[in-house]
Amino acid sequence: MKPSPILTVKDLSVVFPDSNGGLHALENISFEVCPRDFICFLGPSGSGKTTLLKILASLLQPTTGEINFSGNRRPEVGMVFQQSNLMPWRTVMDNIKLPLELDGVGESEARAKASEMIDLVGLNGFEDSWPRDLSGGMAQRVGIARALIHDPDLLLLDEPFASLDALTRERMWTELSRIWQAKQKTVIMVTHSINESLFLADRVLVLTQRPGKIKLDVEVDLPRPRKDDIRYTPHFGKLARKLRDAIE
Amino acid sequence: MKISFSRWLGTISILFGILAWGLIAHLSGLPKFILPSPVDVWTRLLKSLADGSLLYHTSVTLLEIMLGLLVGVTCATVLGYLLAKSRSLEKILSPYLVASQAIPIVAIAPLLVIWLGQGMLSKVVICALIVFFPVLVNTVVGVRAVPPALYDMMNSLRASRWQVMTKLEVPASLPVLLGGLRIGATLSVIGAIVGELVDAKEGLGFLLKVGDFQYDTSMVFVAVMMLVALALSLYGIVTVLEKRFLKWQQTTP
Ligand SMILES: Nc1ncnc2c1ncn2[C@@H]1O[C@H](COP(=O)(O)OP(=O)(O)OP(=O)(O)O)[C@@H](O)[C@H]1O
Ligand SMILES: [Mg+2]
Repeated sequence: MKPSPILTVKDLSVVFPDSNGGLHALENISFEVCPRDFICFLGPSGSGKTTLLKILASLLQPTTGEINFSGNRRPEVGMVFQQSNLMPWRTVMDNIKLPLELDGVGESEARAKASEMIDLVGLNGFEDSWPRDLSGGMAQRVGIARALIHDPDLLLLDEPFASLDALTRERMWTELSRIWQAKQKTVIMVTHSINESLFLADRVLVLTQRPGKIKLDVEVDLPRPRKDDIRYTPHFGKLARKLRDAIE
Repeated sequence: MKISFSRWLGTISILFGILAWGLIAHLSGLPKFILPSPVDVWTRLLKSLADGSLLYHTSVTLLEIMLGLLVGVTCATVLGYLLAKSRSLEKILSPYLVASQAIPIVAIAPLLVIWLGQGMLSKVVICALIVFFPVLVNTVVGVRAVPPALYDMMNSLRASRWQVMTKLEVPASLPVLLGGLRIGATLSVIGAIVGELVDAKEGLGFLLKVGDFQYDTSMVFVAVMMLVALALSLYGIVTVLEKRFLKWQQTTP
């Protein structure tokens, strides 16, 4: 039996105004997300993936269609952006505790929570570093810690690992899997990488070239925890080929 | 060894300058009311310190500068913020702002003194006016340059309008804002003196005029040096503020 969805998207379309009749970024997108799902969106550049996440975070209004959250209230959202989007004038610690500050949580409690998050993403010893002194991977982990600290219902990840080297990226996959399982979050993640989506997701949705439509919706029934060598199993290969064919 | 020597270079250069000045004053044989020697100026400085006149007039000018800075910077940052946020307000106000910049402040200073009296008020207003524009421009530039992605980040966390301003816009535009303040701080000294030179009963500008009138050229030198000291201190304060608030920008060696 499936649990009731926490998020339902119906016939969503986005048109950006431009000089010749509008740029169709997304067209007729419909899908459902259940609690604790890990969903990946896969699609070529310009297929509207970032646009979709922005709509889910209420940073953008869709042109037509609707988004319903269960209980009819917008959930707490934790978002990791394509660029890590840290505030350069805040230290690692202060960047991570920003969401708690905005919620009016007391300073000492916020610091304690932030220390926990720093532990979780393995940045001990860098609490007082400035963002400019961090490597790309470390900055991205700060972004992830910041997105998790206020215990959001929904995590939105926009190609969080795109700028990392292969080795760091695979380590981050493991870390994210661990965090997702430990914290029982619902995750919607955007990626370019077929491997990444198969390592992490319960379900992969493939978007077409602009205007973005859902071309394929695949259940990833690989056993967890997924180790590196899972990519040599025939089932992984079959799923990967299916996704690759869908992407063109 | 080399480091400690280069630290003294500035002091040595100043000493050489004073020595050269003394030599020129001595060798040229110019009368004291045209070129006083360093010793004359030093004696005059001690005298004006002893009778309290120098400190009194300096404090008057300093108060005018401080009030002028306060008013000018406050108006400029508030208006600058509003301009940065509203294109239509910018369109309405920018003709006036640009036109106001075309008027040299020296030219309207007498007018302001006529309107506002020879007291402190006219000097504060002139000072505020001269400080206003550079701070305004830098505020607009600073607020406009806040990365849109950081707005998205704040909005995804449902930050309030006030939180966006205090936690994003203010710190993000602070480097540019302090740059404007640095220019404004030096200009503010000029503003106060221009006002005092037009008409005043007190202040360093008044002292300058009296010294000039009485052929007390040593006094003029003392007043000018005091002005330089004021401008440098203000500049120094802004630099300290930058060190304090822009730590995150400084590259560690
Ligand atoms: N604010 C906007 N105004 C106008 N057009 C926009 C805006 N945001 C995005 N677009 C356009 O919408 C399309 C989809 O953009 P989007 O950023 O969602 O793509 P994406 O799938 O995230 O691409 P990438 O993989 O390169 O990040 C692009 O053609 C883009 O130019
Ligand atoms: Mg994108």
